Amino acid sequence: MGLFQKHQALERHSLLLTVGILLVVAVGGIVEIAPLFYLENTIEKVKGMRPYTPLELTGRNIYIREGCYTCHSQMVRPLRDEVERYGHYSLAAESMYDHPFQWGSKRTGPDLARLGGKYSDEWHVDHLRDPRSVVPESVMPPYAFLSDNIVHFEDIGDHLKTLRFEGVPYSDEMIENAKADLVAQADPNADYDDQDALVARYEAAAGRKGTVIVGDYDGDPSRVTEMDALVAYLQMTGTLVDFSTYEADDLSNRR
Amino acid sequence: MSTVTKPRSSVSGSIASVATLVAIACLGALLIAANAVDPLMEAHAWVFFFLTAFALVAIGIWAGGLQGRNPFDETYYEDTIVKFGVAAAMFWGIAGFLVGLIIALQLTWPGLFYFPDLGWTNFGRLRPLHTSAVIFAFGGNVLIATSFYVVQRTSRTRIAGGLWPWFVFWGYNLFIVIAGTGYLMGVTQSREYAEPEWYADLWLTIVWVAYLLVFLGTLWKRKEPHIYVANWFYLSFIVTIAMLHIVNNLAVPVNLSGSKSYSLFAGVQDALTQWWYGHNAVGFFLTTGFLAIMYYFIPKRAQRPVYSYRLSIVHFWSLIFIYIWAGPHHLHYTALPQWAQTLGMTFSIMLWMPSWGGMINGVMTLSGAWDKLRTDPVVRMMVVSLAFYGMSTFEGPLMSVRAVNALSHYTEWGIAHVHSGSLGWVGFISFGALYCLTQWLWKRPALYSKNLVEWHFWLATIGIVFYIVALYFAGIIEGLMWRAYNEYGFLEYSFIETVEAKHINYMIRALGGGMYLMGAIVMAYNLVRTALGHGAAAGVVEPAPMTAAKLQPAE
Amino acid sequence: MYETLSKFAQTWGLAWFVAMFAVALAYALWPSNKEKFREAAYLPLEDKEPGDE
Repeated sequence: MGLFQKHQALERHSLLLTVGILLVVAVGGIVEIAPLFYLENTIEKVKGMRPYTPLELTGRNIYIREGCYTCHSQMVRPLRDEVERYGHYSLAAESMYDHPFQWGSKRTGPDLARLGGKYSDEWHVDHLRDPRSVVPESVMPPYAFLSDNIVHFEDIGDHLKTLRFEGVPYSDEMIENAKADLVAQADPNADYDDQDALVARYEAAAGRKGTVIVGDYDGDPSRVTEMDALVAYLQMTGTLVDFSTYEADDLSNRR
Repeated sequence: MSTVTKPRSSVSGSIASVATLVAIACLGALLIAANAVDPLMEAHAWVFFFLTAFALVAIGIWAGGLQGRNPFDETYYEDTIVKFGVAAAMFWGIAGFLVGLIIALQLTWPGLFYFPDLGWTNFGRLRPLHTSAVIFAFGGNVLIATSFYVVQRTSRTRIAGGLWPWFVFWGYNLFIVIAGTGYLMGVTQSREYAEPEWYADLWLTIVWVAYLLVFLGTLWKRKEPHIYVANWFYLSFIVTIAMLHIVNNLAVPVNLSGSKSYSLFAGVQDALTQWWYGHNAVGFFLTTGFLAIMYYFIPKRAQRPVYSYRLSIVHFWSLIFIYIWAGPHHLHYTALPQWAQTLGMTFSIMLWMPSWGGMINGVMTLSGAWDKLRTDPVVRMMVVSLAFYGMSTFEGPLMSVRAVNALSHYTEWGIAHVHSGSLGWVGFISFGALYCLTQWLWKRPALYSKNLVEWHFWLATIGIVFYIVALYFAGIIEGLMWRAYNEYGFLEYSFIETVEAKHINYMIRALGGGMYLMGAIVMAYNLVRTALGHGAAAGVVEPAPMTAAKLQPAE
Repeated sequence: MYETLSKFAQTWGLAWFVAMFAVALAYALWPSNKEKFREAAYLPLEDKEPGDE
């Protein structure tokens, strides 16, 4: 009996220790992270943000798969040299549909938050195939194999559905037409009605014209490759928000 | 899980319950393999299926051969599992250092070390392989092995749970295999140090809960009234990593038979969750876990009690409390609200105090036995690890100051910082523990060769110095070049010029990393010869009963 | 909302931290714990088999 009681006391010590540890370490996370979901001024109100098109989303997943984030940030800091080198500093609103975020932590290569539209599609394809053919001093790996990989997009609608479940405002129409939209964006010779429908859908979501680019990204119109998808994604990064209407000094945008 | 809490009641109980869980996992894997929607998931499901099936067969054969013998005899410590842990740590350590060297060479000579036809060897896929191999495969196996050793010795009882500790060890290493092969195939969540996808995360959660219960179960049947402070640190490591792992990996899979998932949180909330995790993986995996090693192995090897037990208690609570807040310093000047950045910075600076408290406690344990620094290279290795710990825990608060961070962030300075901490602190304290464990577990009078330990020590130390000095310069140079303006008020350098400027530094870094790898290979050789009882390790010694302890209950 | 939260953090939050630290410190320095801690500090140095008293 005595032994039994001693045993109980010992168990209490270790459980007390476990609970104590849990309480002490939980408080920091709760106090720091939880308010971000509730404080209204965490994310600015901006014009132009829309969900990724199916092709861009596919490209973004390739960006993630290849570990591009290990060398490229997507977060321009509000420092003079960065704004001059890369463009307007990044807003929280610009990654509000990013599951997961791609801010990165290291710039072995340059920041890519505002890469969209800076170079031609051809440059991107050449650069991805053989980086040192365009930039001799580059240390980037070659990604020629992307041009050989056909995109498998049978389940792209499920991807949109998953994201909608998590709060990205994809409409029923976007999900239903996901496959057609993916093909239409990568092939300039596709059915014009499909292209118009794609552009209309996503520009309506953005509330702004000129945010959806249709093109034959990899120079091979006969098929949709991973190169098409990745370049489509790179060409739209940082182009959505209409900065002509963004008031940085407005009190509601101060954080 | 009743078998974990009542180990004595059921020898066969723990075997049956482990076998049941493994069988369920095996069947689940088969089901997913048959219905897999992508080739990556299919490959992983088959790997999982065959390895768990193999484990079931192995459990069956082993249990069948017992013939009434109790394999979990309470009058013995379970040391075989610790031996396995030592071997696994050594294997993964060398693998992880090697991958690190390869990616260092890729950045130095991209023309030679990239292969256009082998996309899976690109930097972006090997880098997570390197970080996970060194942190989770090497570090994780060191932590599991040492925690099992320490909790048994300081509780004076055999590890709890019968077969469950073995489930923890093999289950954890199965997770490593799934994670590593996943990176090569392109399965990743892109969350740094948490890249494995949802199904690997689920498996790790199961393994981790079993780890917690095995550890707690051992404490519950301890024969000592007090829980030794090293176990506090181990417990905080296990509990906190469980919390971090679950919250940071919240994700919704696109298909239950597919490898791809989307993280539950987005953008700024996702970023803070990730760096709350990322920073505290450093705090609770690479710091409190290895501080537990410090609090057991330094006193034990030096045969001196810890300098101040009171300090260790204050150290413990203030460290775990302050550490958890510091994550936002990874997001200075980003779109994270400034109040969170300020909070992170404040706690990061405060963190300096408990960190140095721990360092002082470890180093001063040697007081009165400083000669051991000269005579025992294993002790020296562990004390130098504390010097590196002190250095990087001073540097960390410095880098968390916003003004400094504006220069250091995104540059090689960060890489130098983590490697002074990981190669110096985590690496050296682990090596010290592995030398100790090999000698003690195989009951050898000494290590095979003290000279080889000296070689290891100097190769690794000089390697670290090459590594970090080269990258400190690289980081500061590129940070300054990024923000340099010419006389006309334009940016002076294009980005690629800053890449070019680091070439020589990259060469020296690769050299330093190569030396560190060589040191580890020397160590592995030494450990194998020690276990085999060669050289100075010839013979078997039974532990001398209570030497230092008997001598002095006085002050 | 922001003001309320930050005011709370800077007063009650701070007080809570100080109190927690004081508790840890008191536990570590409490005179009657001294003997217990000294015994505990010698735990790693004793080579005992399982169950030894």
